[in-house]
Amino acid sequence: MRVMAQIAMVMNLDKCIGCHTCSVTCKQTWTNRPGVEYVWFNNVETRPGQGYPRRYEDQERWKGGWELTAKGRLRPKAGGRVRKLLGIFANPRMPSIQDYYEPWTYDYESLTTAPLSDDVPVARPRSLISNEPATIRWSANWDDNLGGDPSPDPVLEKVSGEVRTAFEEAYMFYLPRICEHCINPSCVASCPSGALYKRAEDGIVLVDQDRCRGWRMCVTGCPYKKVYFNHKTGKAEKCTFCYPRVEVGLPTVCSETCVGRLRYLGVLLYDADRVAEAASVPDERDLYEAQLGLFVDPESPEAAAAGLPADWLEAARRSPVYDLITKYRVALPLHPEYRTLPMVWYVPPLSPVVDALSTTGHDGEDADNLFAAIETLRIPIGYLAELFTAGDPAPVTAALRRLAAMRSYMRAVNLGQEPVVPDAGLPEEELRAMYRLLALAKYDERYVIPTAYGNVPGVVEEAGCPLDYDAGRGAQAPFGESSGRPVPVSIENFHGLKERQTSDEVTHERVNLLNWDGRGTPAGLFPPRKGKS
Amino acid sequence: MSWGESLLWTVSPYVTLVVFVGGLIWRYKYDKFGWTTRSSQLYESTLLRVASPLFHYALLFVIVGHVTGLLIPIGWTNAIGVSNDAYHVNALLWGGLAGLATLVALVLLIWRRRANGPVFMATTVNDKVMYAVLAAAIVSGVVTTAAGYAPTEVSYRTTVAPWFRGVFALQPDVVAMGAASGLYKVHTLIGMVLFVLFPFSRLVHALSAPLGYLFRPYIVYRSRSETARQRPARVRVRQNRPL
Repeated sequence: MRVMAQIAMVMNLDKCIGCHTCSVTCKQTWTNRPGVEYVWFNNVETRPGQGYPRRYEDQERWKGGWELTAKGRLRPKAGGRVRKLLGIFANPRMPSIQDYYEPWTYDYESLTTAPLSDDVPVARPRSLISNEPATIRWSANWDDNLGGDPSPDPVLEKVSGEVRTAFEEAYMFYLPRICEHCINPSCVASCPSGALYKRAEDGIVLVDQDRCRGWRMCVTGCPYKKVYFNHKTGKAEKCTFCYPRVEVGLPTVCSETCVGRLRYLGVLLYDADRVAEAASVPDERDLYEAQLGLFVDPESPEAAAAGLPADWLEAARRSPVYDLITKYRVALPLHPEYRTLPMVWYVPPLSPVVDALSTTGHDGEDADNLFAAIETLRIPIGYLAELFTAGDPAPVTAALRRLAAMRSYMRAVNLGQEPVVPDAGLPEEELRAMYRLLALAKYDERYVIPTAYGNVPGVVEEAGCPLDYDAGRGAQAPFGESSGRPVPVSIENFHGLKERQTSDEVTHERVNLLNWDGRGTPAGLFPPRKGKS
Repeated sequence: MSWGESLLWTVSPYVTLVVFVGGLIWRYKYDKFGWTTRSSQLYESTLLRVASPLFHYALLFVIVGHVTGLLIPIGWTNAIGVSNDAYHVNALLWGGLAGLATLVALVLLIWRRRANGPVFMATTVNDKVMYAVLAAAIVSGVVTTAAGYAPTEVSYRTTVAPWFRGVFALQPDVVAMGAASGLYKVHTLIGMVLFVLFPFSRLVHALSAPLGYLFRPYIVYRSRSETARQRPARVRVRQNRPL
């Protein structure tokens, strides 16, 4: 057994109101640059719906994720190594910009420069790809709140036809998505250059921008379509799990800014030796259990003997993510059938069931009513099962029953009634603990993130002690750009972003190349020429 | 042969070599971020999916042809009983086919680049210069191949090839090269310009052909300390304790 640690995320879908704050703050932080206008590391989809890029879940078309060969071994669905290299001159399964959406801006200038006339001047849309006036036909979130257009949702297609219409009337929920930072990432496996990698310490999947050569195989390889091609730099980019923040013990931007407090971050330990075995179980429906079987109990002697830093082990023991996934078993993986062993899990939504019950005149929070409703409202279960358990309704029903049990138990407590513990497989104290974690959701209970340095969790200090810089290796030159103490990434980004957001134009004394968009030469990119003042 | 021409065939190959090798080292050291195919597939895929594989595969044939033609001395093929005529028929047939395919694909690719708005917008001056030289090299190459079959023509195997091999032995056979026809000389010169441009254009992506992919495990793990060490000093963060 080789125990590895990963920072994982759980999202409680019951609480998502579809406000897109996570998407917007993520975009402001990471993808507000030319070349990635169309890129949303975090997006929120309305379910049922097509998703972004359109119909990304249709793996017969996009060939993302893994498949089992006849011998039962794992192979990227888009083809193995030789096939990838033979097709390297034009990726046959690459989504076009229209599958995402053609990004646009508006001719704002015409608002102030239009000649005086009786008509109000308008700012017309203009494509950021072709620079031509454009008609807006689609965007990352075009079917937001529709939840009803049945034809294009690849998940709905798997649910039987006759129940579809009734289901759409009854049911709509939001699904926020980021990169899954999979244990068995098919994007990493697809990269011919070896530029994509999974960090050994915290499991974050990253693109080495210096090694990426722009072959675009990762875009195809990722079944969640969460690796994007920056069309200005010619490199792949993806959700970084906000690693500069996570390294210092801060939650990701999407988690931090979530108004519904629905995201949980914590350490999960897993057995790296059995990853391939778990990902290649023959029946897709066993993948959920197989992945559960990979996780290592942080209280176990194996975890203690794994040689992890003490604070990582401590964080793993306090991990809200471990509790939701393994202890309460209310969180489920998204599309385990892709065999990537995703590490962003979801608590399935119970609220629509409660609402559906209440509208029929029943007591929507009574445990017996709720249990009966979960069973009889088979339609949402079928849909949720296609999303979270490769179509197996049992784990979804069990998770929903536990949520319902918690709900009716806590209602009795709050109304001063004699609480009855409904039969959902959870004892009273766990129901209360789950209530605290899911309903109260205190900041320091939602985010238990050990720092990369082995500090005490919660001590946020990236720069640290200057003596710890590796001055001894001769990394710093005595003069010029590379002299002096290195500036930590988060600080450099912070100042660069602040400067960029508060100035009217690009007039820095020194250009921060991290924020330079690659267009033109902003003042300060080169030192002033001699003789010119 | 004039004094100037003999100087040309002595000096220019070494200038080319120095710029090529030095430029590549410089580019790799200072511009790993810019070392990419800069694919435009996101904008336009239909035409690219036909033209780009055709171009690259045909080009691979062309490269193999050049390697054979330039590196294998005429004595060797004679020794294994391949007559000069048989050699040239083959060279013309396969070389001509590969060259024509490259040319057709290149025309398609350039047309795509010009006609498709977003692709044209993403085309830099550097790209345009590179395309001009690349097109010139391919056109002159196809013309030379076709003309090479004329009986009056002196074979490149007794002119260009000895000179080329001599360059690497530090004894360029200027006399042999001087005896080549004008077409060969033009093609050789354009080829050298292309190699000079190589390190400074998008052509560098040819050198990152990811053959290592065939031999590595699918999943790549990297430790954080390892990546932090590779980062430039300016943005370096503190090293973590080994896990």
